[in-house]
Amino acid sequence: MSELLKVEHLTKVFTSGLIGGYEIKAVDDVSFEVKPGEIVSLVGESGSGKTTVGKLILRLLTPTSGRILFEGEDITGFSKKRLKSDYYRKVQAVFQDPFASFNPLHIVDRAFYLVFSSFLPEVGAEEREEMINEALRNVGLNPAEVRGKYPHQLSGGQLQRILIARALLVKPKLLIADEAVSMLDASTRIDVLNLLGDFRDKYGTSVLFVTHDLALGYYISDSTIIMYRGTIVEMGDTERVFHNPLHPYTQMLLESVPDINVKWEFRGIEPEKEEGTVYAIEGCRYAPRCPKAKDVCFKVRPRLVEVEKNHWVACHLYGG
Amino acid sequence: MSLLEIRDLKIYYRTPRGPVKAVDGVSFDVREGEVFGIAGESGCGKSTLVHSLILRKPPMFHAGGEAIFKGKDLMKLSEEEARKIRYTELSIIPQYAMNALNPTKKIKDIVWDLAREHGYEDRSEVEGLLRERLAMVKLSPKVADMYPVELSGGMRQRATMVVSTLLNPDLLIADEVTSALDVTTQRVVIELLHHFMEEGIVKSIIFVTHDLALLDKIADRTMILYAGKVAEIAPTEEMISSPAHPYTKLLLESLPKIGVRYKETKLNGIPGYPISLLNPPKGCRFYTRCPYVMDRCREEEPPLVEVGDDHYAACHLLGGENQ
Repeated sequence: MSELLKVEHLTKVFTSGLIGGYEIKAVDDVSFEVKPGEIVSLVGESGSGKTTVGKLILRLLTPTSGRILFEGEDITGFSKKRLKSDYYRKVQAVFQDPFASFNPLHIVDRAFYLVFSSFLPEVGAEEREEMINEALRNVGLNPAEVRGKYPHQLSGGQLQRILIARALLVKPKLLIADEAVSMLDASTRIDVLNLLGDFRDKYGTSVLFVTHDLALGYYISDSTIIMYRGTIVEMGDTERVFHNPLHPYTQMLLESVPDINVKWEFRGIEPEKEEGTVYAIEGCRYAPRCPKAKDVCFKVRPRLVEVEKNHWVACHLYGG
Repeated sequence: MSLLEIRDLKIYYRTPRGPVKAVDGVSFDVREGEVFGIAGESGCGKSTLVHSLILRKPPMFHAGGEAIFKGKDLMKLSEEEARKIRYTELSIIPQYAMNALNPTKKIKDIVWDLAREHGYEDRSEVEGLLRERLAMVKLSPKVADMYPVELSGGMRQRATMVVSTLLNPDLLIADEVTSALDVTTQRVVIELLHHFMEEGIVKSIIFVTHDLALLDKIADRTMILYAGKVAEIAPTEEMISSPAHPYTKLLLESLPKIGVRYKETKLNGIPGYPISLLNPPKGCRFYTRCPYVMDRCREEEPPLVEVGDDHYAACHLLGGENQ
């Protein structure tokens, strides 16, 4: 067993409306792995299910079916107590909006105290203070500048660093970073992203980097998973996925990323159509937009196949 | 020829602790037939700047300078005059454009209301134009009879673009119109704006964004704002290939690009955070974060000087009046 996290056939169905509502398979039969010390980016647009996958792994949502194996043990059945005492010591998270993650009525230090009372009650007051200061210095903050402050007195970049410092305080084995740098300005964003890389290098922390930003995903991750409307369309080694994209969706996605090294031709890209029914499609969910769609694509869901070493794609063009 | 000339414009916000100098002495031109990009980080004043051209609601106020648009100073227009040129000469697609349309009205009623206000009398002619424009942005003519809530975010965005440009404004302001969109939808919006220019529906566009890489795709010239001041103005390609201001340079270096990976080449951000605009220090506003800071930068504000063909930057390293 070489993987830290193994997700098997994970499915989450949301029902809309009390009676006679419709079902949305927000996550539909998703399987992937995260190895120890690996940074995996989970890339997708809005509605792709990437955030739901993160929340399922954190057990903020309960899966409809499928298994989530962490260190070989299925966590979907863990009790609240077990999650709190054990699982969240090993799996931590940082979310998109740093302002929403703090209680505006308390000084930011409280975020750390809560970690100590939950996970490290044995640590004495003096050692605790030193650990907090060290954690802050590790994320490039001067403890004297941020401690004792209220959230509104600090910038988004500073708050996000504090949240990362807090998440890493318990030296988790897995960090789930859901759009953790999306709200930050370009000039501060890359340094916060570097922190995740530094921590992996230092402590072997695995990171599941959930993002809509392909360039950031490419920069930081070893492996990449591309999701579309609840399904994985392509995944594998980051270099391979980005330099040899095989799925028509991945190809279109990469063409749409503004990159200062790549010129755009204006040739009339086809916009999305009304897609309320897309979650009900039996076959490939990208079929209605796909320029290469065949009959079979609407009927049969393509399986993920390994087309080259560590490069998987779910598309009938490649025998899926 | 310039369509819009901004001279030493100052737009402040009134607060109990004194004015917040969000836009503080900014000058630039927008020429006919160009897409003019404005980029900067949150709090640099880019959004305040363009919104002040349309409407200044308290606590925002005009503290100096002028904005000459087709011979008239936008800062001196009466409400009535401002309403008259809105949509027909000067129009804005706001940041949260997908929520900008009145949800209780059908698209065709929204459009008719604003056309009537501008003196249009033939409803069928206006609706004909609406259907033509909907087709241009690849929306079905049925959309005219729908309510905004019936459309997805991306479709609503395109409907808003149609509404904002229906009466062929000379100058269209697009304020972070793609920031909330997925990359594929963003690309569609950029292509459509490009198409509006080609078709002559709008003469010029001011495109405001925090994303420099995106301006590289659409803007002919780009202005970089930092803490309420102009740092640099240049043709976009030149700005990207040879930035003059240290801020522009560092900002470009911090952008992730396909081909650059953490494992091989570590990118760096700009240390520190922007200064407060409540009581900005004298001197250059970037000096607190600038690696090349000199004594002079703390004392004297650098003037905007020409550093190349049509290329201007405000930095003491690049010379100025006192050298």
